[in-house]
This record gives sequence, C-alpha cells and structure tokens, in this order.
Amino acid sequence: MSVIYVLLAISISVAVLFFMAFIFSVKSGQYDDAYTPSVRMLFEDELVKSQVGELPPDMDIKTEQNN
Amino acid sequence: MDKQSCYHCGDDCEQVSVTYDEKNFCCTGCKTVYEIFASNDLSYYYDLQESAGASPIEVEGKYDFLDTPTIVERLTDFDDSDLQIVNLYIPHIHCSSCIWVLENLNKLNPLINSSQVDFPRKTVRIHYNPIQISLKEVVLLLAKIGYEPTISLDDFDNKKKLTDRSLTYKLGVAGFAFGNVMFLSFPDYFDLSSSASTGGEFWLNEYEVLFRWLMFAFSLPVVGYAGKDYFTSAFKGLRSGILNIDVPIALGILVLFLRSTFEIIFNLGSGFFDSLTGLVFFLLLGKFFQQKTYSFLSFERDYKSYFPIAVTKINPSGKEETTQVHDIEPGDRLLIRNEELIPADGILLKGNAMIDYSFVTGESEPQQKQSGDKLFAGGKQVKGVIEMEALKSVSQSYLTQLWSNAIFKTDKSSRFQTLTDSIGKRFTVTVLSIAVLASCFWLYYEPSKAMNVFTAVLIIACPCAIALAAPFTLGNMLRIFGRKKFYLKDTLTIEQLAQIDTAIFDKTGTITSTKTSTATYEGMPLNHEEASLLKNTLRASNHPLSRTLYNLLAEQDIYPLDDYDEYLGKGLMARKGENRMKIGSADFVGNTDVQGLLDTAVHVANNDRYKGRYVFHNQYREGISETFKAMSKNLRLAILSGDNEGEKSRLEKLLPKLTPLYFNQKPENKLKFIKSLQEQGQKVLMVGDGLNDAGALAQAHVGIAISENTNVFSPACDGIMDAIKFRELHQYIQASKKALKIIRLSFLLSLLYNSIGLYFAVTGQLEPVIAAILMPLSSISVVVFATVTTNLLGRKLK
Repeated sequence: MSVIYVLLAISISVAVLFFMAFIFSVKSGQYDDAYTPSVRMLFEDELVKSQVGELPPDMDIKTEQNN
Repeated sequence: MDKQSCYHCGDDCEQVSVTYDEKNFCCTGCKTVYEIFASNDLSYYYDLQESAGASPIEVEGKYDFLDTPTIVERLTDFDDSDLQIVNLYIPHIHCSSCIWVLENLNKLNPLINSSQVDFPRKTVRIHYNPIQISLKEVVLLLAKIGYEPTISLDDFDNKKKLTDRSLTYKLGVAGFAFGNVMFLSFPDYFDLSSSASTGGEFWLNEYEVLFRWLMFAFSLPVVGYAGKDYFTSAFKGLRSGILNIDVPIALGILVLFLRSTFEIIFNLGSGFFDSLTGLVFFLLLGKFFQQKTYSFLSFERDYKSYFPIAVTKINPSGKEETTQVHDIEPGDRLLIRNEELIPADGILLKGNAMIDYSFVTGESEPQQKQSGDKLFAGGKQVKGVIEMEALKSVSQSYLTQLWSNAIFKTDKSSRFQTLTDSIGKRFTVTVLSIAVLASCFWLYYEPSKAMNVFTAVLIIACPCAIALAAPFTLGNMLRIFGRKKFYLKDTLTIEQLAQIDTAIFDKTGTITSTKTSTATYEGMPLNHEEASLLKNTLRASNHPLSRTLYNLLAEQDIYPLDDYDEYLGKGLMARKGENRMKIGSADFVGNTDVQGLLDTAVHVANNDRYKGRYVFHNQYREGISETFKAMSKNLRLAILSGDNEGEKSRLEKLLPKLTPLYFNQKPENKLKFIKSLQEQGQKVLMVGDGLNDAGALAQAHVGIAISENTNVFSPACDGIMDAIKFRELHQYIQASKKALKIIRLSFLLSLLYNSIGLYFAVTGQLEPVIAAILMPLSSISVVVFATVTTNLLGRKLK
C-alpha cells in the first residue's frame, strides 16, 4: 500500500503544476482584459481574405520599408 | 439604411450633405475618413458595424506639445532607441469595428509595428519605431480617422497604475487549497466516527495521519495569505473600537485552524480543514463578485483629467513655444487656440474671446470677452485664437483651488458604517455570549467537553453566509444598474443611496439638456420678407447664438445679401434691397426698454424699427416634472444652480410647489450648502454634471454625475448616470432600498442555518462532516436567494 505515497506525490504535483500555470497566466495579464480577445478572434478570417484579395502589391512595399 | 444619416458616423446630414461613392456623409471630415479606409482596404470597417465612426475634429496645432521629448518620455510606457510603446485612451472605442480598425493601424501607416485594443478600458497600445514615426504623428493619424485620443494632465502626473491582481491570486490559492483538502478529506467522510482504537477500516486508519498533515499544509497558505485581509480588517476594527463583520470571521478562521491543528497533533480527529478552506474560498468569491468595476469609467477624476498637458506660450521675443501646464507662471503670455481650454486665471490681451464656461459655472451660453477682461481657468475658447496673460499658476486658479478642500482627501467609505458591519456588531456579541454560556454549562457537567463546545460554537457561527449576503445582493444590483446605464462606483454606494432623504440637483446640464435649447419669439410678428432676411443674415454668422437660432428657424430661400457686417460683441447688420436688419444685443438694435433682463435673448430690428426678441430657454429633460413629483413624496428636494435667476419662473412651474431654488451658487457655496445640510443630519444625494459641482459631489453622501455621453469627462463622483435615464432616478433609489431589504431577509435565512448549527455545537455533537455540509449549504442557499431576488427586482426596472 505504500504506493499511495507515489500516487499522492503525483496528484499533488499535478495540482501544483496547474496552480503555477494559473499564477503565471494571471501575472502575464491574461485575465486583465477578458473581452477584447473574444472579439479579436472573429476578425482573423476577414483580414486574411482582404489580404489575399488586394494586398499583395502593397505588401511588397511594406516589407521594403520595414527592412 | 436611412438616406439622411451619415454613412460614417450615423449623424443626420440635414445641413450640409456630402455625397461620395454613392454614400451620404454629414461632413467632409467623415468623407475623408471613409476615403482613407476605402483606399487602404479597410472598408470592412463598415460591414462589421453600421456607421461606427466619429467625425474627425480640427486638431491643427493641438498636439504640438508632443514634440517635446520630456513630455513624450513621460507618456510612453516603454521608450528605447528603436521602439516606443504608448497606451492611449480613446473614448470613442465602442464596438467591434473600432477594435478592428485600431488593430489594423499598420495598414494605414506601415511604420506602426502593431497595436492592441483593450476594449473594457478603451485604450489602445501602440508599438512603433520612434526614429521613423513620432508619437505626434501617431496621435495625428488616430485623430484623422476619428479616433482622437484623450491626453490629459492626469496621464502625465500618475505614471502607470499597476493593476491590483491580489484578489485573483488569493482566490486562486483558496480555491486550489479548497479542492485539494476536500479531496484529501474523502477517506474521513467514508469512514465516519472510526479510528484505529474502535476498529475502523485498516488502511484508512493507517494513512490517516499522512492525509491530515497534508490538509494542514494546504490550509497554511489559506490562513496566512488568502485570509490575511480578514485579520487585518478585524484588527483595525478592534483597535478603533468597532466590532465589524470581519471580527467574527477572523475569529472563526483562527479557531477553525487552531482547533484543527490541535486535533491532528493529539490525534483526536481529522479537524475542520475542509470547512476552513471552503469558508475562505466562498468569502473571497463574494468579494470578487462585489468587485465589479467599470474600467472604462473613472470615478476619481479631478480637474487634471480635464486639463491639457501643455499650452503654447509666447516668449517675450514673440516666439511660440510649448510649455507644460505646471510650468505656467504669473505673467506668462499664452496662446489659446480654438476649442482649447484656459489653463490658468488671466487677462485677455488679444483677440475676441468667446468662452464657454458651462463646465465650470453651469452657465449655458458662451460669454463674449473683450481685451482686458478677466478669464477664468477651465473655460473653453470656442471661436478663433486669443492671447492671454496668466495671473495665477494652475493650482492657484479660481476653479482648481476647489480641490484643495479637505473633502477631496478623505475617503468616503471611512465615514460610513455598512449594514453588514452594524449587524456584525450585534452578531459578535450574541455569538460570544452563547459560546461562553454553553461552555460554562459544560464546565459544570462535563469539564472535558467545555473547550470543545466553546470552539464549536465559534466555528459554526462564523457568519460566512451573512458576510456573503451583502456582496452578492449588492454586486448583482451593481450589474443590473450597469445594464440600465447607471454606473455606480462600488456596492457601498447602493447602501448609501438607499438611505438618502434629501436630493439636490444642479440645473444646467443636469435637469436641462445641453444639446438642445429652444427659443421663443416675443414682439411684433415678422413678415415673410423679414423672416427670410433674418434667416439669411444668421446664416452668415458663426456666433453660437446665431447658429442655435438659425437651426431653430423655419426653412427659407437662400439668397446672397447685399451688405453684411458683424460687430463683435454687439450683433449683426445686413441689407437686402430696401430692408436693413439689425440683430444682436438690445443696445445694438436700439432698444433700451428691456435692459436688466437676465434672459439670454437676441433682439431684432428692421429699418431701425424694433421688432422683437428671441428668448432662449434651456430645454428641460423629458419627464422632469413627473420625476420630481414622484421624488418629492419621500425626499426633500432642492435646486442649486450656478446660473442666474433667468429661468426661475419656468422652473417654479415645472417643479413641485415650494421646491427651494438657489441661483448664482459658486462651486464653494455648493459644497458648503451640502455640508450644512449634513450637519443637520440629512443624508444628501447630489446630482450634478460639471466641474463646478465637483465639490458638492464629493461632499454629499452620494454624488451622481449626469452625462449625455458616458465616454466623455465627468467629475469625481460615486456614480455616473446616462442622461436619458434621468427620469428613472427615483426608481433606482427605490430599488436600492429594496436591495437592502433583500440583504436583511438573507440574514434571517442564514441565522436559521446558524441556529441549527448551534444546536449541534452547544450539545457538543459537532462532527467535521456536519460543519462541512452545513457551512457550504448555508452559503450557497443565501447566494442563490440573493441572486434570484435581485434579478426579479432588476426585471421590474426600466
């Protein structure tokens, strides 16, 4: 039955791992703005579409300027 | 879409309509923004949300101060040779279109690296290379597309407010410990009332000690870190002689921890670690729920948020130079452009000033000033460029002096005892006496049980549910009010609002609308020719009163005038054919009978014959009469206005009889008036809108700012209310009263649970599992009760 020590150690270290992840995510500011990302993720597709449609010549200029 | 509304900003295009690309625009500004978006493949902006834009405003020269390196350095969050990061507050951010276009700024100007919007705070964070593009250019780009950032003295003075995340951490710690302790308690739950001696399950007893010490370890950070605030608050309360609700809570946590530790050391039982961590977790959850903040609103603003960072100073040599507002000294010559604010008291030197003091004094019409007149800080120049000489520094000026009053330095929450705290006092006394009586009883019958009973009473009576009733009721109420566009600073304000017995109102901007005013004509009727000449004359003038009157008058044919002259500070003169019309002040048109009248009026004379006058009236908000009538039933009312008595008779007709009206009140007077009412023991609600009300708003028990556009500035206050909701104010006060009733009912409910628990405790039968069931059960039922009833209450609100 001493395997219980191993099991406890595993269960607690997994819990602590998740706890650390939580602390880290709070610290990095993930929970500061809970609204904008939900809107932002809906844009992505539209942006790609317009880029594919008309932007290529423009993009060349941009990369030049950035360099 | 309605043909008449602007494709870009949605405003009516009634006056000047610009058509471009088969779309209507209300002004060339909106058209320009559309052009910019369309030519940069950003017209998706209009697909996301119809007419989301704002028309850009003239900003020429306004941001010249951003050329000064020291100012830029203080405004930016990060400043390196090839990267600058700036966080700009943009009040116009209001929909997904805004987020989209602002996050695609680099499409408009490839020199901007990236930008990220924080929607709840209405800020955008922009990364750019300062060598290639300056902060000023970035700001001008934003202003050009209608997203003008607000850069005020406040940004300059307070460097980076760190967001306080400690409650989130504490909640995380408590939740983590609670879950794990519950999990580790399972062996005990399954193997009740057994131990090695009484022959319980062998393996459970074998590892009992290990499990118990693990629970102990998990509860350490809960008591030491997550529950820290309760100990400090209880300690502070006791030191100042107040038994607040945190005293029994802290006592409960401490006794729970000590007794549990004692039990596991001497192997007497498994302790109450599950209840302990659960208790702290639920309490913090309540705190978290209560902490609803409207991060895009600020309730703590003073004049600094309103004042610009820098103004243009004219050196003795005649050179223009940007200087920080703090550096203005008496004797400095300042250049004030159109739409700029006067930063310090001074004297007008050059130019014709048209100063809008509506924000400072509450007077509704802009004032005309001539060279040599005194100008006061806080006024806004609305026409052309002026030069002035500062007489005082910024902090010594008439308006800003108000903030040196001590009332701005005291914290309102320290002046007020909450319902929970007042109940907490009686509760603590009761619980302590029950605990003492019960243990005295057991000392007599069975001394070994006395300590057990004493601690059990303190544990089970820990007012978790009571402490949760208020946060959940008021927190939910705060959200409901927020949805109705009535934003309160914190839950304390609702408690305060429920106890109000006097309501004081500012006039201009509060019970009158700032957007519209009406004018009535008094005098001889104008014939058709005269009416059309009047309209055409007004058309040529840019004076604010002319513009207002022009918009109010009936449509006429537009024709060129034969002759037109504008006499600054006096009026207009125009000629068409035979008719010579004079429009302006009474003096100017040659009428001396109406001197001394306080109304704002425009007089009209044709061919030197006095015709009559247009008297301007404030437009009162809709339903003002009914709202005041309803409120007068259970509140004392009064009007406190900075304006003159011109509207007195009209107000008397609108308001309930005998409502006291006070006019010509200076900001200081307003504050003192509220204070004197409070000294008579009245609980005062102040409703105002401008900086001139700031002192009164801070002094009152509850200060509510009325705002036509909640994005724009409002002075420091406890609550901000959308102007269209004004007529519901009385309903909201009543709702706050009902919310307090809900809290009292929740207290009764939790007392019911407490008496059941006390029965177990006093009789010495309190098992950990009973505590572990009873405590969360009472908390949850109180939370459910509070949430459901407040939601029902909220549904009735308009």
